[in-house]
Amino acid sequence: MQPLTRVTGRAIPLGLKNVDTDVIIPARWLKTISREGLGAGAFEAIRSEPGNVFDNPLYAGAKLLIAGDNFGCGSSREHAAWALADLGIRVVIAPSFSDIFSGNAVKNGILPLVLEQDAVDRLLAVAREGLELTVDLEAQTVTTPYQDRFAFAIDPFRKHCLLNGLDEIGLTMARSEAIAAFEARRAAAQPWLMRGTAATS
Amino acid sequence: MASRPRTLYEKIWDAHVVETREDGTALIYIDRHLVHEVTSPQAFEGLRAAGRRVRRPELTLAVPDHNLPTTPRVDAAGRPVPIADPESAAQLAALEANAPAFGIRYIPATAREQGIVHVVGPEQGFSLPGTTIVCGDSHTACHGGLGALAFGIGTSEVEHVLATQTLLLQQARPMEVRVEGELGLGVSAKDLILHIIGRIGAAGGTGHVIEYRGRVFERMSIEERLTVCNMSIEAGARAGLIAPDDTTFAYLKGRPMAPKGAEWDAAVAYWRTLRTDEGAVFAKSVTINAADVEPSVTWGTSPEDVVPIGGRVPAPEDFADEAKRIAAQKSLEYMGLAPGTPMTEVAIENVFIGSCTNSRIEDLRAAAAVLKGRRKADNVRWAIVVPGSGLVKAQAEEEGLDRIFTEAGFEWREPGCSACLGMNPDKVPPGERCASTSNRNFVGRQGPGARTHLVSPAMAAAAAVTGRLTDVRALV
Ligand code: SF4
Repeated sequence: MQPLTRVTGRAIPLGLKNVDTDVIIPARWLKTISREGLGAGAFEAIRSEPGNVFDNPLYAGAKLLIAGDNFGCGSSREHAAWALADLGIRVVIAPSFSDIFSGNAVKNGILPLVLEQDAVDRLLAVAREGLELTVDLEAQTVTTPYQDRFAFAIDPFRKHCLLNGLDEIGLTMARSEAIAAFEARRAAAQPWLMRGTAATS
Repeated sequence: MASRPRTLYEKIWDAHVVETREDGTALIYIDRHLVHEVTSPQAFEGLRAAGRRVRRPELTLAVPDHNLPTTPRVDAAGRPVPIADPESAAQLAALEANAPAFGIRYIPATAREQGIVHVVGPEQGFSLPGTTIVCGDSHTACHGGLGALAFGIGTSEVEHVLATQTLLLQQARPMEVRVEGELGLGVSAKDLILHIIGRIGAAGGTGHVIEYRGRVFERMSIEERLTVCNMSIEAGARAGLIAPDDTTFAYLKGRPMAPKGAEWDAAVAYWRTLRTDEGAVFAKSVTINAADVEPSVTWGTSPEDVVPIGGRVPAPEDFADEAKRIAAQKSLEYMGLAPGTPMTEVAIENVFIGSCTNSRIEDLRAAAAVLKGRRKADNVRWAIVVPGSGLVKAQAEEEGLDRIFTEAGFEWREPGCSACLGMNPDKVPPGERCASTSNRNFVGRQGPGARTHLVSPAMAAAAAVTGRLTDVRALV
């Protein structure tokens, strides 16, 4: 997974509350065989409206998204995080997130960044001018070209995972030596266990 | 610690702990991984995106089953028939490409060895006693019939296993379901497991791994044990197990992927240690009297909604629990049944014999024994038999079972999950009823609006003959 240390970019000023996973990615996109390409279906209903924030050239290439309370509520589908990642979003800023969504976001290298409503409102205003925001995960700050500076809190383990680009698999792979030692013991004591499909005569 | 008496589950668990973490979870080694076309595409894609490889490709076996149509797979000229549904076709193509790309053994849709993952694993000797087995399908518990610790996982866990050959897990609690006495004549393993689920409830095994114990299980064939363990998940359990014994060893000996020569002897010696120690403690224990078990049917939309075939559709008021009363009311509406109706008066339009619960050779033999020289009733619109694998199909054809089925008015299909899950073309039409040997009677499971009655293969055959749910014992 791509590490996330410092992100500078434009932000889509969505601002809405209770953006649920059906809004982020509608159910008809769930039968796909890929995590990629889901960006095409992301926020489909909103994007069908003329003049919506996603198609506004002022925010083209945005790496951040700013929303209202309870972002990512609804079903547990991991597709919501996949869709945002496919849009190129690395950070979502909101006053609160659904638990499942924030877990899925971190798993996919997206930072769910929680700030007070006032701070979110100020960032929305700056983002609407098409200006770039900077998120520094190491320092835990969001800054603007107007010298605004907001500090945010994050669970240390999540911070560690995002900074180092570690997902659950990456964390287990870091235990590779222990796994290899276990395999070596078995291969010596019970070799048939390690043969699997290779046992075919 | 080593001297503490342990259950079979605890022995298998302990043998697979790579390391234990501070939070009490353990990194568990996975010996065997079965992969099919529906829950694997994003897992392979995740590996690709991260530049990861499969840690132990020989410990994973891939075979398509869920989406495949069960109509002929090759045309008259021997060319593969394309799948009409574009999404299913894309999933099949993805598996066909991913397996070789990651070095995984792949059994193609047209191979004789193809079949339902949970039929193929034991049949090939890939599934072995004492191993940990996972698959992105909730009925993986099936392999517990061989004395393996087997359970279903989600797509992100599939990717985790492919990359690391491990899973981070919390240990479950051991539970014992002990059956005393002998099953009556005409009462099958399916009737027993339905009875058990009816008795302990769909959440009765939650947080537990069930070990099925008692003479009844010791006397069962492997096919029957696989049927019992298959539905452990319907009782809410993480997995179900039956201790391996001589029946297990005889079943596995000589299977293509089973150990050979001196390794076979060493394996058997190890497998003989896989029994619950005298004095080991189960967190929960249930005793069932085998004499109480009759041919069973479900009336509702939860697998715990079980009655003996001689019983009647219950009324919501029959249940003490308020939530269950409401659920029963909803179930009855969905199923279109009136309380008090004798189960034997419930007419059916469809019969499905198949699924990983009941599609092995013994299941087909049991159904054919009832159908021999008989025909399906006129009100039975659609009756299909879907063998669990190409090898089961070939064996059945050698025994002439296919002719018994077709002469009885059944369609004889290619192997796959078929009408178990309404994901491929085999669906039960809305509002119609199906006597089904599968494992789930959930709302919409066999197709939108479909009404499922879970039964054994012999009972499904009996229902086909009379056109209504029937006590098979009256026909034999
Ligand atoms: S037959 Fe049904 S339960 Fe069994 S593997 Fe297929 S879909 Fe799953």
